[in-house]
Amino acid sequence: MFTYYLELAVRSLRRNKVLTTLMVLALGLGIGACITTLTVLKLLSGDPLPQKSAQLFYPQLDPFPLDGYVAGETKPQPIMTYTDAMNLLHAHKATHQAAMAMTNAKIASLRANAHPFYSDGVMTTSDFFGMFDAPFQYGGGWSAGDDDSRAQVVVIADFLNDKLFDGANSVGRTLRINDHDFRIVGVLKHWAPQPRFYAQELGGRSYGDGDAVFLPLHSARAAQMGAGNDNCFDTIIDLKNLETAPCIWLGVWVQLDSSSAVSDYKKFLANYAQQQIALGRFHRADTGLPDLMQWLRDEMVVPDDVRLQAGLAFGFLLICVINTVGLLLAKCLRRSPEIGVRRALGATRRTIFAQFMIEAGIVGLAGGVLGLIFAELGLFGIRHQPAEYASLAHLDLAMFAFTFVVAIVASLIAGLLPAWRACVLAPAPQLKAG
Amino acid sequence: MEIRPIFASLRKHRIPAILIVLEIALACAVLCNAVFMIGKRVGDIGMSNAIDESGLSVISLDGTDPKLAASDIPRNLAALRGIAGVQAVGATSTVPLSGNNWGWSFGLKSDSLVSDKGNTNLTLYFLGAGADQALGLQLKQGRFFNADDYADSSMGSAALPVTHVTIVTESVAAQLWQGKSALGQVLYSKPSYYTVVGVVANVLRPYASTRSAQRSYAATFFPLRAESTLSSYVLRSAPQDRARIVREAEQKLGEVNPSAVAKGQTFSDIRDKYFADMRSMAWMLVLVCVVMLAVTAFGIVGLTSFWVAQRRRQIGIRRAVGATRGDILSYFRTENFLLTGMGVVIGMVLAFGINVYLMQHYEMDRMPWYYLPGSAIALWLLGQLAVLGPALRAAAVPPVVATRSA
Repeated sequence: MFTYYLELAVRSLRRNKVLTTLMVLALGLGIGACITTLTVLKLLSGDPLPQKSAQLFYPQLDPFPLDGYVAGETKPQPIMTYTDAMNLLHAHKATHQAAMAMTNAKIASLRANAHPFYSDGVMTTSDFFGMFDAPFQYGGGWSAGDDDSRAQVVVIADFLNDKLFDGANSVGRTLRINDHDFRIVGVLKHWAPQPRFYAQELGGRSYGDGDAVFLPLHSARAAQMGAGNDNCFDTIIDLKNLETAPCIWLGVWVQLDSSSAVSDYKKFLANYAQQQIALGRFHRADTGLPDLMQWLRDEMVVPDDVRLQAGLAFGFLLICVINTVGLLLAKCLRRSPEIGVRRALGATRRTIFAQFMIEAGIVGLAGGVLGLIFAELGLFGIRHQPAEYASLAHLDLAMFAFTFVVAIVASLIAGLLPAWRACVLAPAPQLKAG
Repeated sequence: MEIRPIFASLRKHRIPAILIVLEIALACAVLCNAVFMIGKRVGDIGMSNAIDESGLSVISLDGTDPKLAASDIPRNLAALRGIAGVQAVGATSTVPLSGNNWGWSFGLKSDSLVSDKGNTNLTLYFLGAGADQALGLQLKQGRFFNADDYADSSMGSAALPVTHVTIVTESVAAQLWQGKSALGQVLYSKPSYYTVVGVVANVLRPYASTRSAQRSYAATFFPLRAESTLSSYVLRSAPQDRARIVREAEQKLGEVNPSAVAKGQTFSDIRDKYFADMRSMAWMLVLVCVVMLAVTAFGIVGLTSFWVAQRRRQIGIRRAVGATRGDILSYFRTENFLLTGMGVVIGMVLAFGINVYLMQHYEMDRMPWYYLPGSAIALWLLGQLAVLGPALRAAAVPPVVATRSA
């Protein structure tokens, strides 16, 4: 029976080629727009560390003066002073803890007479790699002892290793960064969490390539490397000494493995703030401890435009579906005499309904295939846009499957009304008119 | 034209009529908001900036030795001046729309601290001697910095410069000293204070705000002797020479500063890069609007054609009893006019609702009222255009059809 309906549907669709093309084209455009924007949205709002994100937390404090503070409304500061970051680190209240700031690293070329170049760098502490599951190709991270002794060591990214050492094991080699020598202790495998969650508020992009070099915070600072973002809240004399300046410029991440550890850490932060107030350093008691995904939501890391585009695409798909309803209805009513004949020869309402739904499904399937082509075109277009996430825009398997789900659901919804109209048609008047 | 028979007929074909109305309403709602967003972006991309944008090239030089800045900078400037076609050169700390911002919050009282609530956050542009001319700043009141101002200024690794003079933009002057002359007024951030000696036409900050023009132009200028803070070299030339000058300047600065990194671009490139995301969003919106209107138009064509085909016999009868072709034509056009009319009324309400929702959840302003009738008229025209084909076909139905059986 199904194959018979299929044959009928194809015959009916071929009878009116213009109308069919119009329906498939409109549906395909709507679906293509939706899948393109949803792929980008999914990509940008994804979890950067799926296996770890639930255990990663971002403590926040507020060292700012009381002026401008509104109780209950003012949020704690997004980044920290050096003093607070070090106090949290040395308290060792979490499984792992690391402080970090972004920097622009001047890297000397290994070839003679070649100019140095700038790359993104992270100044951080030893727990960074273990806490964020950064995978190593060669060597490993540095130790807490290296942090304290200001060891001149560096971990480099795979792409920098490829560029400078043609991908060979470069552990033990020396790299000149900001006119200081650093010994390479580790080479990462490809590692570029999207979004680049740890760089939020530290003055860096949210998407795109990973960072090129990772240096111990104190060693990098000793080499006069600057922080990507510094925000000062009191009169300062010397910006070079960020360690003692009343400025926030560091982000701290901690790993907490159980909910009791989380509530303990919250208590610890609250106590810390109270203690600092008692010491006269703090004037505000608010603290925060969002987990990774909450922090990304707080930061509104997904650009507004991307969410707007997705909304727009759905509006567009809705218009396309309504359009398809109208055209299917027109087609079906035009075939009233045919339906009358089939009903008179014994077809039940159910079979008529099934026949028309199958016809709608075929339109949906064709729309889905076309939508997939449009989506690939759309993503191709996005890859050639200047946005920092451009290179990431690819259709994955889940979205590929989802395209057809959207297409079939959209077309069946569109087919419902016409199919229902067709099956409730009384056969007698149609036969008479025919 | 009598519209009662149209209503009577529409009531008989309720579902296709509702579909057309719904489609028009949605199209109208999306169109209003999309056009509004396009307009906003086009406005932002074209934000005025009172420097000589079309003649400017900017070379940033990073990784130099700060201790040698006093001798390096004059040497670099001399080297750049030697490039053919360069009319003026100067060194600055940063340029508009570069994303590299140094801001500070100033007050108007002598005891204002940086953290005071009532302060205004302003961008600090540091200018080396000659940079005002190289940038093409337009003086509106007072004076530019003189040789003494440059000689007496320094910065070191402090957050604020050691000097007592500043130049502000017109927007800052208007915001801080409403109505009064800004000249002689003082910006405070204890223990520093700066007297305004000049007012220039509005220059954008390194980060432009899409929310408020006032914030986009909140910039101040300070004189600075040759110090490492001055890491951007601005060159002014004829517009057509810029590409060559960027190339040559990059090369020259690289040669004289072997351990530093020189990167050059024309100011047009800086502006294009800064607004690139906005521009692609605007084009994407335009594309969606065009495709959406096309789909809507084809939907109307499709449904009306079906309608005409279904009513061939009635049309024939009407023609037989004396209706002219014009009558038939205007019947379908009026019908479409009524349907589109209902659609746009619902659509305008919907558009307003979407705008209110977007204002709550996104960075969005209230849509000016004229966008509503604007898109309504656009859709009315579209409807009339779309219905023309099927209506003409209807008008061509000969009266003799009435005598045949359907």
